[in-house]
Amino acid sequence: MTIYAKGVVFEGVDFDNPNHWRLEEYVKRGGYAALKKILNEKITQDEVIAEVKTSSLRGRGGAGFPTGLKWSFMPRNFPGQKYLVCNTDEGEPGTFKDLDIIVSNPHALIEGMIIGGYAMGITVGYNYIHGEVFEAYERFEEALEEARKAGFLGDNILGTDFCFQLHAHHGYGAYICGEETALLESLEGKKGQPRFKPPFPASFGLYGKPTTINNTETFASVPYIIREGGQKFLELGKPNNGGTKLFSVSGHVNRPGNYEIPLGTPFADLLEMCGGMRGGKKLKAVIPGGSSAPVLPAEIMMQCTMDYDSIAKAGSMLGSGAVIVMDETVCMVSALERLSYFYHEESCGQCTPCREGTGWLYRIVHRIAHGEGRPEDLELLASIGDNIAGRTICALGDAAVFPVRGMLKHFRSEFEYMIEHKKSQFAALS
Amino acid sequence: MLEIEIDGKKLTVPSGSTVMDAANSIGVHIPHFCYHKKLSIAANCRMCLVQVEKAPKPLPACATPVTDGMKVFTHSDQAVTAQKGVMEFLLINHPLDCPICDQGGECQLQDLAVGYGQSGSRYQEEKRVVANKDLGPLISTDMTRCIHCSRCVRFTEEIAGYQELGMANRGEFTEVLPFIGKTVNSEISGNVIDLCPVGALTSKPFRYSARTWELSRRKSVSPHDGLGANLVVQVKNHKVMRVLPLENEAINECWLADRDRFSYEALNSEERITKPMIKQGGVWQEADWQTALEFVANGLKGVIAEHGRDSVAAVATAHSTVEELFLLRKLMSGLGVDAVETRLRAADFSLKTAGATWLGQPIAELASNEAVLLIGSTLRKEQPLLAQRLRQGVKKGLKLAAINPHADDLLTTKAAELVVRPDQLVEGVLQVLKAVAEIKGIALPTNVDAASIDIPAEARAVAAVLDGKAKAAILLGNLAQQHPRYAEVYAAAAAIAEATGAKLGVLAEAANSVGAQLIGTDAGGDVFAKPRQAYFMLNTEAEFDVQNGAQALAAVQNAKLVVALSSFSSCALEHADVILPVAPFSETSGTFVNMEGRAQSFNGVVRPLGDTRPAWKVLRVLGNLLGFVGFDYTSSEEIRDEALAGDIAPRLSNVLAAPVAVKAQAASGLVRLGEVSLYQADMLSRRAPSLQKTADAAVAAQLRASAATLAKLGLAVGDRARVTQGNGVAELEVAVDAALLDEVIRVSANHPLTRALAAHVGAISVVKA
Repeated sequence: MTIYAKGVVFEGVDFDNPNHWRLEEYVKRGGYAALKKILNEKITQDEVIAEVKTSSLRGRGGAGFPTGLKWSFMPRNFPGQKYLVCNTDEGEPGTFKDLDIIVSNPHALIEGMIIGGYAMGITVGYNYIHGEVFEAYERFEEALEEARKAGFLGDNILGTDFCFQLHAHHGYGAYICGEETALLESLEGKKGQPRFKPPFPASFGLYGKPTTINNTETFASVPYIIREGGQKFLELGKPNNGGTKLFSVSGHVNRPGNYEIPLGTPFADLLEMCGGMRGGKKLKAVIPGGSSAPVLPAEIMMQCTMDYDSIAKAGSMLGSGAVIVMDETVCMVSALERLSYFYHEESCGQCTPCREGTGWLYRIVHRIAHGEGRPEDLELLASIGDNIAGRTICALGDAAVFPVRGMLKHFRSEFEYMIEHKKSQFAALS
Repeated sequence: MLEIEIDGKKLTVPSGSTVMDAANSIGVHIPHFCYHKKLSIAANCRMCLVQVEKAPKPLPACATPVTDGMKVFTHSDQAVTAQKGVMEFLLINHPLDCPICDQGGECQLQDLAVGYGQSGSRYQEEKRVVANKDLGPLISTDMTRCIHCSRCVRFTEEIAGYQELGMANRGEFTEVLPFIGKTVNSEISGNVIDLCPVGALTSKPFRYSARTWELSRRKSVSPHDGLGANLVVQVKNHKVMRVLPLENEAINECWLADRDRFSYEALNSEERITKPMIKQGGVWQEADWQTALEFVANGLKGVIAEHGRDSVAAVATAHSTVEELFLLRKLMSGLGVDAVETRLRAADFSLKTAGATWLGQPIAELASNEAVLLIGSTLRKEQPLLAQRLRQGVKKGLKLAAINPHADDLLTTKAAELVVRPDQLVEGVLQVLKAVAEIKGIALPTNVDAASIDIPAEARAVAAVLDGKAKAAILLGNLAQQHPRYAEVYAAAAAIAEATGAKLGVLAEAANSVGAQLIGTDAGGDVFAKPRQAYFMLNTEAEFDVQNGAQALAAVQNAKLVVALSSFSSCALEHADVILPVAPFSETSGTFVNMEGRAQSFNGVVRPLGDTRPAWKVLRVLGNLLGFVGFDYTSSEEIRDEALAGDIAPRLSNVLAAPVAVKAQAASGLVRLGEVSLYQADMLSRRAPSLQKTADAAVAAQLRASAATLAKLGLAVGDRARVTQGNGVAELEVAVDAALLDEVIRVSANHPLTRALAAHVGAISVVKA
């Protein structure tokens, strides 16, 4: 798999060096300089948060919420324990960037979390790591130990009175545990089910204490912002879409992999970096932001730049940056069947519309894909979607509906064809 | 206070209210399933979605806090569309076979489907089928019907105190289930049947026996523990079909203990006796009422003529009504008999207080105490719903402490606990008293001799819990009241109350224990210790209702005349000479005075079975037959008004009438902890087949001791053990109980297997059988 790094998270990482992930190498390429700068120059918490705000860094987990703003929500003077949580439960189909961060540059994440802890006056952090990755989890534990030994982590960091403990937590492999409040429940040892909000984690988070949760890539971007300045980070991207972003490109390209490129890069350029379409086939469609993002047809996608605003304007979401590229041979009914199966399988079952609706959606799409579609099915799919979206405790319900809506919007004719002819114009996905 | 608008109506609600609270306060109904006022908010059913001005999407009313100026629309297009959408989802996998569902006619899903459902289904796929679960003898499951509202799960965790039900699996495969291989064993488990909005959890004993619309609903009062839970008794063709709670926030809230709920099975038992019976020449014969009553009147007169009035004693359980006890005492007065006793489970009759002992405060205030000290109680088994109340109190900061001959789990946090030998309960209380005196720097009362008492750390911790609390209570449970040194326990507890400012309270054993004291039917003492020539027994079974059942049984068997006024034949047939079939609570009007001194009158809900008659009528006619004046009552209300004339409150008092000498004693050797088990407490519960199949009933049939004690006795779990107490022997299965001190042998009292044994607390020997 390719890692194409031209950005901040993998800045300077020499992937050919087997020790590239170690603390020693990280320090050589400027690692922990940001932390030292904060502690040596006694940069205040407000100044750190202001720098993050300046950078226009937005949450890299999918929702794209401004990070500086989120940090400012933390009640810093809350008298009890507060928690910082990193969400490495990367479960969105198509996304595999956070895995590479904890494997190839774990200290960027660790440093970012330490700085976050400093900025928000938090002394304990957890990194919730996806339950189905083992070597990556072990590597992160090893990196933590390196950071502790070097005095970057633990009590009296670098001889100051700032203390920050960071623990890795190996999750249990449920997609829903990537939803931040389900993640908190799971971290507490309970069944991973989203909580009803409000209250939000900033006031009632882990163990009921104020908690800030960010994505792995978000934290890993922070050292750069502090070291080089928020303005420089912002200028890497475009206004309101600061910095570079990792895109996990999969599907029918010649070189699938993680590409860290400036936000605002045209999709066409990204496709070119990936070596273009596999086998010289024509691009048919792209899911630009992970499986829950609505699909966009080639002609729209080729006009987009890869940033939050452009993709949103085109009617989809940048999400976690998982770019699923499909060529002209793909049967969209078959693709949707697979997507719908995923949400049916991963619904936590807590609230009614998602528990009952995701299975219904899947079964209808499954029928259509197997030549048993009915003319009324498409209206039914749309209607069921309307009854799920916006009616659930968390966004999984929406996530199950968006692919359906996207497919019906742009590729309705394929569905109609299949219902009418009981077979696809295309070969089914293998 | 916040000003908001719901469906155009302006209202003011306290801040912190939810939209659901606000709507409820003005009588606007928002459809819901998972929401329940006594449970935490889950917001998972989504049925209560409403439109809120400026909100981009519909919000769940149950979980949305009201903000000032909020405008809510519960029946707008957006709201109703959302509600109908949710209803469709709930129904796609729910069986649409209401005619064969036991919940049919009283199903929230069915009711709301009328308003929010469609006449046909758009769902053409296969429907979900879910395997049923064995939740025990009380709750029947039909899990395919479950709509995953999680009320039952939240109930077990939040109200019953132990999450015996959980949600396993994910998505549409989510299932409610108990721990693998376990049943739901809570003593208040039946409430999940009421909470379940569909037919997933239904009553096992009641299932498929009647339809809700065939049933008449009649109010009544539970005849079991001292709480006096309010009941709705449901009746078909003059037969009690089931019992449900009647909501009364001051007493049982919306709950019932399983004993309140399922004991009704006994009302329809084969053991009901329906005709007066007389034993002549050792043979039982049915008789008409006139003959039987004359037999009784003449018999009593004869015994008194021959042996004197002290040769007769009358006993009744405090499950008898005020009216029955009042006429019993009046009848005995007419005969010149003073020995009328309802404290049948007591061993120490010496306590004298200034009034009827009671809770010392309203039930509803218990949970708002800052501290509660329980002395001698298996609270969850004695007063299941009070245990629930205290559990809610602990969540709000109440500190719970206990002095007990066991460390039973109350399924809540105990701030401090002192565990003692059963025969050292007095000493345990003295340890705490001494610790309190030390904290306060005061001397012990002069009637207390605690010189030999050392203060263990646990006693100090218990004392510290009470110290400095503006509102605290000390509660004496059944084990205390049945203790051989009850008066000393009481006096020592009263001294702690005095020193700390805590209120002393007595947890009334039976539905009418306080009423019995008000009437004065606590005047006989131990009427079986010195056998009498004649016993007049109202609702009493010697071996099960009297502490030393073996002794009582012997006394009764040797008496010349035993008159049994009972609803059931089995015990009476063995020992009585004449049985007068009297009505259980469901077939008579009457009154119980509960532990807080509240008189609750009720009517009969069905007509008396066969020739059964209400006991008050039987006693009245007996009075007439004996030619006594003042037996001309035409209604139970007349009797009640005479019996409870004036206010009750001034006649309640926990103040000692005279000082009690309290002296610490030493004890050693194997000692019995005899407790009356949950489902042997009264005539009804011990005859309810379903209750007898519960885990609680199974535990009551075991001999329990600490692992060390069992090892010392050479006993292993599962062995049979032979226990001997006095002349009595019993054989029981052995189980380990980590809640006991060494040398303590826990053996149920007044249990069919242990009826031959003597007093609840006393020396006992155990060998492997």
